[in-house]
Amino acid sequence: MNFSLARTSLMAEADLVGIAGERAVCDPRGVLYFPELRLLAVSDLHLEKGSSYARRGALIPPYDTGATLLRLQAVIADYQPAIVISLGDSFHDGGGAERMHSSFRERLEALISGRDWFWVAGNHDPEAPADLPGETVRELAIGSLLFRHEPSKVRTEGEIAGHLHPCARIVQRGRSVRRRCFAGDGGRMIMPAFGAYTGSLNVLDRAYAGLFRRETLMAYMLGAERIFAISGSMLRPG
Amino acid sequence: MTEQPRLAEQNAAVVLPEPFVRWFAQKGWSPRAHQIELLARAQAGQSVLLIAPTGAGKTLAGFMPSLTELADRARRKPGQAHRGIHTLYISPLKALAVDIERNLGKPVEEIGLPVTIETRTGDTPSHKRQRQKLVPPDILLTTPEQLALLIAAPDARRFFEDLRYVVLDELHSLVISKRGHLLALGLARLRNYVPGLQTIGLSATVAEPDELRRWLVAQNPPKGSKSPAMARVITVTGGAKPDISILDSQERVPWSGHSARYAIPEIYEAIKKHRTTLLFVNTRSQAELLFQELWRANEDSLPIALHHGSLDVGQRRRVEKAMGENALRAIVATSTLDLGIDWGDVDLVVHVGAPKGASRLAQRIGRANHRMDEPSKAILIPANRFEVLECRAALDANYLGAQDTPPLIKGALDVLSQHVLGVACGAPFDADLLFEEVRGAAPYAALERETFDRVVDFVATGGYALKNYERYARIRKTVDGLWRVSHPRVAQQYRLNVGTIVEMPELNVRYVRQGRGMAARGGPVLGKIEEYFAETLRPGDNFLFAGKVLRFEGIRENECVVSSGVGANIIVPSYAGGKFPLSTYLAEQVRGMLADSDRWQALPEQVADWLRLQKEKSVLPKRGDLLVETFPRGNRHYMVAYPFEGRLAHQTLGMLLTRRLERAAARPLGFVATDYSLAVWALDDMASLFKAKKPSLAALFDEDMLGDDLEAWLNDSWMLKRTFRTCAVIAGLIEKRYPGQEKSGRQVTVSADLIYDVLRSHEPDHILLQATRTDASAGLLDVSRLAEMLSRVRGRIVHKHLDQISPLAIPVMLEIGKEPVNGGANETLLMEAADLVEEAMGRR
Repeated sequence: MNFSLARTSLMAEADLVGIAGERAVCDPRGVLYFPELRLLAVSDLHLEKGSSYARRGALIPPYDTGATLLRLQAVIADYQPAIVISLGDSFHDGGGAERMHSSFRERLEALISGRDWFWVAGNHDPEAPADLPGETVRELAIGSLLFRHEPSKVRTEGEIAGHLHPCARIVQRGRSVRRRCFAGDGGRMIMPAFGAYTGSLNVLDRAYAGLFRRETLMAYMLGAERIFAISGSMLRPG
Repeated sequence: MTEQPRLAEQNAAVVLPEPFVRWFAQKGWSPRAHQIELLARAQAGQSVLLIAPTGAGKTLAGFMPSLTELADRARRKPGQAHRGIHTLYISPLKALAVDIERNLGKPVEEIGLPVTIETRTGDTPSHKRQRQKLVPPDILLTTPEQLALLIAAPDARRFFEDLRYVVLDELHSLVISKRGHLLALGLARLRNYVPGLQTIGLSATVAEPDELRRWLVAQNPPKGSKSPAMARVITVTGGAKPDISILDSQERVPWSGHSARYAIPEIYEAIKKHRTTLLFVNTRSQAELLFQELWRANEDSLPIALHHGSLDVGQRRRVEKAMGENALRAIVATSTLDLGIDWGDVDLVVHVGAPKGASRLAQRIGRANHRMDEPSKAILIPANRFEVLECRAALDANYLGAQDTPPLIKGALDVLSQHVLGVACGAPFDADLLFEEVRGAAPYAALERETFDRVVDFVATGGYALKNYERYARIRKTVDGLWRVSHPRVAQQYRLNVGTIVEMPELNVRYVRQGRGMAARGGPVLGKIEEYFAETLRPGDNFLFAGKVLRFEGIRENECVVSSGVGANIIVPSYAGGKFPLSTYLAEQVRGMLADSDRWQALPEQVADWLRLQKEKSVLPKRGDLLVETFPRGNRHYMVAYPFEGRLAHQTLGMLLTRRLERAAARPLGFVATDYSLAVWALDDMASLFKAKKPSLAALFDEDMLGDDLEAWLNDSWMLKRTFRTCAVIAGLIEKRYPGQEKSGRQVTVSADLIYDVLRSHEPDHILLQATRTDASAGLLDVSRLAEMLSRVRGRIVHKHLDQISPLAIPVMLEIGKEPVNGGANETLLMEAADLVEEAMGRR
């Protein structure tokens, strides 16, 4: 199936998710797009995670940065956003941007050019990435939305965060399916991690305690070509 | 026997030192011919393979060369340096090492030998290990993993410089796995330290003794010699012929299933009539079920116990102890290797389910008898009708002495990677010399230099085409041409990850008081259960484990919390692995039996009847033919094929056939595979497709399915991901998971699945992916067997179109619906769940 077709049909079905009054597309590739704002949000890229591990002796394949950028290129080509927000932990560690291979750096710079690009500071990358265009911010407010890396402890309407790498699990006919997901309760949204080597943590884990209204919690699980919206009551821990 | 008794007596006079002769005389025994022969061979400087049944005094024979030599050795004078290890004993089981220490200690003490014997296993406390390094025992009893660790230590060469013998127990079971590869490499290293090293292998009967004989000695002989180097073999043929029968049940033997529930009353009667009965089953789930059913029938409250590898160690030791004291009337067990050593007086072996291999049956029956001159008595209980045929075939084979242990596989590259790093942790190495050394190990005798160099490159920097990690290299070639570990941390990491046994993630099963739910604390651990099974449970579900019905309360960190459960809808956990496929030899025998109606006389009447009916309604294939039946049923069309090649090969075949049928627009819906046959069902009539040659049946079963179709399917298969994870851990790419560290850390660790996806799309020829595909082809997919079958049946496929289901098809048809069909089904499940929400919200 042609992907841009799939996206159009998704939007046509008005499968838009409401966040504090704004409407967004939860793309099954793991990005959030606000059509009215022409704004694309992506979280937890963890670029150069492979080389970060290699530094400590685990020589996992050095292709994660390339793989992540390739997928990012594809969604940016589809949506042509005016604004891109990378919601923190864009690099796996502070030295990541420096270690990045020059060919990857060039590709990233090409993506950034011509649009407003914001690096939200994350716990892995609190400082601005070395020698890359784009503006580094602690958090960013746009209309009724507030973009930051770590979700705040108090419930905040319109907050869009990352950091926790949510996934959800269901059991259907005796079989268990676990997928990355967007997690939202209508008020706030936590985005899935986008990076090729990023793991995930179940939305029912303690780490999420107090973040959502349980009654309205929805997990938007990532399918191969569409999002599956699953209500919180159907989810399983673990 | 290879030696005449008279010759043995002559030998005895020559080689057996005086204290031993006296000891045998005191005991009223005389040394057995094979014990003496082994001693003579060893004293002549040869390595020896001893093949003997249990009860033949194999262990004592294996240690005779060491004990006699140590008896003659001058005592160490005070002030003299401590001597290194004299003999290394390696067994697959910690328990075996512990047991040998006890059993060998007795004669050593009685003969009055100045010999020290110690064990070194994962359970040995670190102060004892330290002491062993300073003051080594004469005989060290250990496991393959511990040998790898010893080799990776900087003082390895000194520690082993006095080594004379390596005794390898249960060699037949060691050599078939990756553990065997690691051990073979370890042996090659020991030969490098001590060129004159001699090995003594102890083994049960195997199909190809020459494979083991090669395994025991260096495979890079001096130039010019033609024949491969082999150890001497001494074969003790086995005592009295076992008395084996197949249960001729008064009950109806079921069409399918594995529980053998129909035979419980008859099994129970047999237990009552014997002193101690050992009941073998093929899987842990079957063990749980059988145990449960036996206790239901146990009106006399006979002491019947359960024993399998997932149970808590303490529990297993208690059962073994009770067994040794003859306090039990019956034990349900999964394999001989799960069991400890002290067998007690077992006078009956019951094998529930088909044995799947003639050698396996012989080993299981043989292990249960202490005295080789008394016949062992065994009853086979087929769980379904095909198993009746299989039991009959196995029984004939056992009488004929047929052996069908699988051929050994080539040395795995992930294991070699681990070894190369281990060697570097011990001492700097020269790549040319190490390559020669590695080729001395039988599993790696055909290793090519290019592959070896890629392995070294992998160990150093990951071996990627994108040369990004030079600065993070784990080992580096220095100016003197030697490879060295680049940082002490590398050696630490190596030690934590040594070994080739990669378990599926497991959870402890914690038994708490009922009624408190997840709030309850404390309580005993019953054993371990695989995580993926626990994840499918819902609080309140009842399942069978450790012989108890348990109520699932929830998962807390690395524990599965349970309480006492009850009654209906009990789930039996399934365990990955543990299911052996039908051996090629038995498969052939079963096909032969089907084709030859004269042999049906040996079968129970109800089974012979079934085959006669098949002959009448459809057809029975000739020995070399493949029968394919097609018939409609309900609004579906079915195709059933009978290759008898085992469940794994059939599953692979099923996947590939459905892909092809999909392309032929037959709209296949699913398939199911058993050890004997497979059924595919579709919306369209496959028979008319075959008739119109779109495609023909011959084209559908053409061998070319093992090309692109296999490749395409493989890449997305969960089986490949699971295999990759194992390879990646063994090769040292990712670290082993330890209990407790996993759950909460999930989002920060890199999972093997993600690495697999990235590596596959960026460097599909990476050496670790090659290793993965090789493993999967041999293991979970059984591709080689499928290939042999497809080439065998070329031009010999018999198609029979029927109006309705045939008698032979009933067993596999009954499996439909019991097993989930794999494929794109995960998305379907998500869709179902999502639709449920829509429905509940009234949007549809």
